[in-house]
Order: sequence, then structure tokens, then C-alpha cells
Amino acid sequence: MTISREDIEKVAVLARIRVDDEQVSELEKDLGNILDLVDQLSAADTDAVEPMAHPLNAVQRLRPDEVTETNQREAFQAIAPATEKGLYLVPRVIE
Amino acid sequence: MQWDIVIGLEIHVQLATRTKIFSGSSTAYGAEPNTQANAVDLAMPGTLPVPNEQAFRYAVMFGLAVNAEIERRSVFERKNYFYPDLPKGYQTTQLERPIVGPGYVDIDLANGETKRVRIHHAHLEEDAGKSLHEDFHGMTGIDLNRAGTPLIEVVTEPDMTNAEEAVAFAKKLHGIVTSLGICDGDMSQGSMRFDVNISLKPSGSETLGTRTETKNLNSFRFMEQAIAHEVERQMDILEDGGTIVQETRLYNGDRDESRSMRTKEEANDYRYFPCPDLLPVEIDDAFIEAARNSLPELPDARKARFMEQYGLNDYDAGLLAGDSKLAAFFETTAERGKDAKLASNWVQGEFSARLNAEEKPVADSPISGAQLGDLVVRIADNTISSAGAKKVFEALWTGENDNVDAIIDAKGLKQVSDTGELEKMVDEVLASMPDQVAQYQQESDPKKQKKMLGGFMGPLMKASRGQGNPKLFNEILLRKLGT
Repeated sequence: MTISREDIEKVAVLARIRVDDEQVSELEKDLGNILDLVDQLSAADTDAVEPMAHPLNAVQRLRPDEVTETNQREAFQAIAPATEKGLYLVPRVIE
Repeated sequence: MQWDIVIGLEIHVQLATRTKIFSGSSTAYGAEPNTQANAVDLAMPGTLPVPNEQAFRYAVMFGLAVNAEIERRSVFERKNYFYPDLPKGYQTTQLERPIVGPGYVDIDLANGETKRVRIHHAHLEEDAGKSLHEDFHGMTGIDLNRAGTPLIEVVTEPDMTNAEEAVAFAKKLHGIVTSLGICDGDMSQGSMRFDVNISLKPSGSETLGTRTETKNLNSFRFMEQAIAHEVERQMDILEDGGTIVQETRLYNGDRDESRSMRTKEEANDYRYFPCPDLLPVEIDDAFIEAARNSLPELPDARKARFMEQYGLNDYDAGLLAGDSKLAAFFETTAERGKDAKLASNWVQGEFSARLNAEEKPVADSPISGAQLGDLVVRIADNTISSAGAKKVFEALWTGENDNVDAIIDAKGLKQVSDTGELEKMVDEVLASMPDQVAQYQQESDPKKQKKMLGGFMGPLMKASRGQGNPKLFNEILLRKLGT
């Protein structure tokens, strides 16, 4: 299995990662190798195997509905690039 | 050409848990920005989600209430997209194994028929934060208090064929989730949000047309308007020989306008995959049975009881039983007022009209069911006329006074029901209006007579300083005028 330049460019856009032309060529080779490796797994017959949602054979523990967190806004906002009136500020987004 | 309208709904229901779906942060509404957004909600490195048991219990209760199958092993997926109010860069949701499988809800239509709307599934997921686009020096403000609030997203089959059915379904669902107590139902605060999928097809055709999705409608009225608006838009395009573009649209209720948000070509590729941070959640029979045993009375059962217990008709019972808070208010009024029909009229009439006019939920009503019940008692025993009752209601509503009898006394609204006194007034008024009496007696058209009767009421009310019982005046007048 191979991956096309277009695939890489599309995935880069979706992941919001800037990738220049030279890098695309490298990624084409690297990701192609990884996909080839994954492809080898397809040789195994999995018809009778139920897909796993998780590699651990365990079930999720649930939590009682009780408030355990306290307000630590100041600590979190101390590391934010910009805040105002308790809000985190980000570059303007308009839908 | 005749067109068939096909409507399906997706409804986001905010669950009334105390804490978030994956963290122990409070979900209380109205807190200062970001004071309820902690490490897990902010997606700090090294944090892990731990699901809230109550969210699962509520989802199971919902599933049981809509006659659905419950998935015993449910799995969470990541839905990846970038938006600043989604700190993780993905929404944790359910795709392949949602907790609630296929079910249905029956809705009552205005023509008296019942229609079944199928539910495709309902899944658990987390809400995003809020973006505030007011000007922060050209930047956007982000409040993450809502991030991680548990939601169930209910997805229907495209079973509705007009706005009336869609709104009836939405109201029914609102009644179910508020009766269950799993959602506060406060639409103005976004507790329930509706997405409407609409397509048109030539009448009778089997093939579905291209659909559009109108997102985030937060009132029944806007939903109805948005459907009318979108049906007309699509019809115009199709009648002109155009084609519908599959897209997501936003509706502006204040302007009755809609615009495209994104088309299918621009549609996000969400790259769903199972969330490695969460194991599958297993729900056993004991959990489901406990949820079943905790189910309260639901709107359909309550409606049947209202018809039986209070002798209400189908329409009144359906309206009052549909909303759990309105139903509870009515029951208090009816029990205190000892006249269910009158209580029903006042709760649906003056009371509901006033709430609607002020866009208030029942919970914020300035008057209680007991107060309205006291008022009903005084109407039923003829102490006050319906005009007087409206004045009492007004005084209760504005908080002028909280005691019905005190208001009646203070405003002198007690009507005179002493027949002897009233007869005397009628005699005097009739004696002073001989021409009108003669006219009345010569008139042969009962409709005109009825109108002329009103001409005597004014002077009578004046003579009694507004305190004469109009019903008794009417009876005495008819007798004295010899009809």
C-alpha cells in the first residue's frame, strides 16, 4: 500500500501541520513504509474475530457524580498566553 | 409540482448531572468564566478521563423511556476537529456502539391522530466550551465551563413530514427528559438544542432528495420558523429547476434568515477512532433494572391519569401532562382549588399566557400553584367574577400581595350575589331605560337580543360599583324582560 502526495497534504491540513514540498517527499516514503508494515497484518485471517475497542481486556471503572475539583483558574491562566475577564483569549474565530 | 417534506431531527440534551462526564468539575450554570474548567477539561498533558456513572444512568433511563434497546457494552470514539472551545482537539463521543439503540416515541397531532416517530439511536458525548466573539481587541474569548458537560444526542429516523410533527416530537421529547429529571429543559440556556435535517421529494416518490441540516435551534418557535423557511428555500430552488446542495446551514430567528455554514465538500473529515484513554463501559442487568425501577411517571401515563382522575378531555390532559413542571403546578392548583376544570382553564389560559409573554419557565413563576388554587376556590364559589379574578391574578403576579382573600378585600372585588339586592338594582336600571326595554321586547332575533342585553349590563355594573355578579344579573335580566 502506498500513500499519495495528496493524501499527505490533506492529512497535514486536517492536523493543522505545515508541511513543505521536500517534507512531503520524505513523509511519502516514511509513511509508505509504515503502511506497508501494517499491510502485512492483513494477511492474518480475522473473519471470526470481533474487533477490539481497546487492547486491554478490561472494562471501564465509573466515577460517582460528586464534585471533586476546585477552582484553580488563576493557576491555569498563569500559563495562558492571553486572558481577560477570566476568559482565555485566542485569535479571532468567526464561524 | 407537489412535494413531500422529509424531516429528521438530532437533539442535544444536556444531562443534569452535578459534574462533568469525564471529570469531577461542577456543571452548575452561571459560574464565573473558567472557574469550573479544570485540568481534565482543559486537556492538560497527563490527565485521563474517568466517566461519570450518573451520565450512564440517565442515558439508560432515557433509553427505557423511549422503548429502546440498551447497549450493554458501549465504546467511546474520538471525533477530531480543531476549534478553540474544544481544548483536546477532539470530542469524546460514541459512534459504533452508542448506549441507546433503536426506539420510538408516539406523538399526538392536532387532528387527534397519533404518529410514531422512530429513534435511530442516542449516544453519550461531551459538550464544548463557549466562544465569545465580542471584541476583545480583535481576539475571541473562550469560556470552558461548559466543556465536558454530559450530553445525549438523540437521532431520529426521517419520519416527520411537516413542522407541526417536528415541533410535536420536540415538545414530547422535552416532556420526557424533564419528567425523567435527566435534563432541566431550559432551552434559553441551551439545555436542549435541535438540528433539523430537511429534504424534499416529488410527491409519492420513493427516492429521498438531497438534505440540508439547520443547526442549533434553541426554541420551538425558531424550529418551526426555520423549517418553514428551509422548505420554502428548497422548493424555490427545485421549482426553478435547480439542485439542492448538501450543506449545514445556520438560521437567524430574529431576522428569519439562513445562511450556509459549510457544504459537503468542505465537510470536516472527523477521522473517528476508538478513544485509547477509555475502556469499553459495561452495563449489567442489575444497573438497567435499577434504572427502570427509578423511572418516574412519564407524559403518556400522566395524560391518561389526568383524564381519569380530573375528568379532563384528551387535549387539555395532553397539554398539561406534557411538561412535568406545568403538570405539577396544575395538580397543586386543582387539589387546592377543588375544581379541576377551572384549574385547567386558568393554568392553560392566564397563567401560561403570562409565562409565555415574559418568556419565563414555570419554575420562575412569581405565583405558586397553591395561590392559583386559592383563586380558583373564590371563582368557583362565586365570590369574585372572572373579571375580578383577573385583577387578583395581576396582583399576585406583580407581587402586590400574596394572599388571594386579602387582595379581594383590599380591591373591593367581592361580588354581590345576594339576589334580593341584585333584583332591586335590575328593577331600578330597567325603570330608567324604558325605551331600550321596549326595543328589546319587540326584537325577534335572539342574536340581536343577546347583544341588546349587554346594553343593560354596563349600567348594572355601574350601579353595583362593579361588584354585582354578572351571571346572576344576566339570569335576573332574562327573567324580568320576559324571555
